[in-house]
Amino acid sequence: MNRFVYLDNSATTPVKPEVLDAMLPFLREDYGNPSSIYKKAASAEAAVAEARSQVAAALGAKPGEIFFTSGGSEADNWAIKGAALAAGKKGKHIISTQIEHHAVLHTLQFLEKQGYRVTYLPVDAEGKIRLEELRAAICEDTILITVMMANNEIGTVQPIDEIGKLAREKKILFHTDAVQAIGSLEIDVEELGVDLLSLSAHKFGGPKGVGALYVRSGVRIETLIHGGGQERGRRAGTENVAGVAGLGKAIALATEHLAEKTARIRGLRDALIEGISATIPDARLNGHREDRLPGNVNFCFRYIEGEALLLRLDAKGIAASSGSACTSGSLDPSHVLLALGLPHEIAHGSLRLSIGEQNTQEDIDYVLEVLPGIVETLRMMSPLYPGN
Amino acid sequence: MYSEKVMDHFENPRNVGEIPDANAIGQVGNAKCGDIMKMYMKIENDVIVDCRFKTFGCGAAIATSSMATEMVKGKTIEEAKKLTNKAVMEALDGLPPAKVHCSVLAEEAIEAAIADYYERRGETYEKKKTCDGCCGNCSGH
Repeated sequence: MNRFVYLDNSATTPVKPEVLDAMLPFLREDYGNPSSIYKKAASAEAAVAEARSQVAAALGAKPGEIFFTSGGSEADNWAIKGAALAAGKKGKHIISTQIEHHAVLHTLQFLEKQGYRVTYLPVDAEGKIRLEELRAAICEDTILITVMMANNEIGTVQPIDEIGKLAREKKILFHTDAVQAIGSLEIDVEELGVDLLSLSAHKFGGPKGVGALYVRSGVRIETLIHGGGQERGRRAGTENVAGVAGLGKAIALATEHLAEKTARIRGLRDALIEGISATIPDARLNGHREDRLPGNVNFCFRYIEGEALLLRLDAKGIAASSGSACTSGSLDPSHVLLALGLPHEIAHGSLRLSIGEQNTQEDIDYVLEVLPGIVETLRMMSPLYPGN
Repeated sequence: MYSEKVMDHFENPRNVGEIPDANAIGQVGNAKCGDIMKMYMKIENDVIVDCRFKTFGCGAAIATSSMATEMVKGKTIEEAKKLTNKAVMEALDGLPPAKVHCSVLAEEAIEAAIADYYERRGETYEKKKTCDGCCGNCSGH
């Protein structure tokens, strides 16, 4: 019973040893402030510059287009509020989707209170937006399109390149929350036609509390954090040097041999999806079967509730997550599952298993050994289960 | 987040199942909100000789159902009517604030079964309070 299988890599990932090694000097001897003039600070300044190059290289961007932030949420807030404020008289309309992360959705809701209008595009049953609906939603005063690259719950990947093309054609800024996509999908901001892109280090083997926003050169967005002249005067605050160094190392590692790594993870994912489908009746795969993150598995098990399922899995050493109301802290189950058109009672019974680089076939076999019995036990307890 | 007692009743729930010849059955909650409790009782000479449950819900919903059945088994109807959600919570060494609602459902499920018992006998029973699931008063659930 000592077995521990971590399958919540979309929530966060373990820091890789090489990443920790890259960070430690800046928490120990190399404590200088990168803004300082003396030699002691030179290594910190160099580390920040190197990390900037590493992030840029991973995105097909220039180092001058990368700005470090405190994480994905700050990057999303900055991109959206910054673009809205910079638009001025150009307009007050923003287009997004119903399935964005709360860092985007709640930022948009805040802007709505300030007089902006937001169109939240619906998604189809597999979580994809329809391009014709996006095209139809564009108004004369649309200033920003913000669509996530891949969904954190159901893993569905959006047609970012086509959205980018449309945004360019209409001369509208395009932001994408790529927090779940780094280390999982090939990303080239030029090919995708993205103007603003958010990322977060802890989703791909880096530390928590550090992220970045890519801002295409020539794109003007207002500053969110005012203060000192760091990040070329656009994001104040003494740099989180250790975190930034960790982010740089993590993104370099996460994006090398990407095709081979994701092929292996995709194989584990497909084995898990097929295994669950074959052994558990009334199990519904959420998200797109093909266009989904290589490590994402998300099912709804009818007649049972997600939190109970997570606790039973935890007792067997399996760490996972759910979109049930009981885990979201609200009365409603996940807004993403509801946007797919699932009824509340089915959405309450969701389970997300997110596979990472450290997972093995044995992990998948273990889940397939344990999960069907847990689902069956909970169903036998459920007054909704007709099999009783 | 849960006490050891809650985890014990969640992992090893007591009295799960149905009673084929139950003469009191009560159900509360709704699937939309994510919890339903169904209580079955066998009542003889005003004593609850058996009590079983089926619950769709989170860990706390299952644990409070289990504890509530334990607390009313062997009790008279009059004693069982006095069961409060507070007593269920205390017996479980407390619940997180967001889960207090589950103990309220457990109290109401017991009461619903007792009401059903009276109804079957053609007697009237006045309920203490009702919860149809999603009034929002238990915000944070």
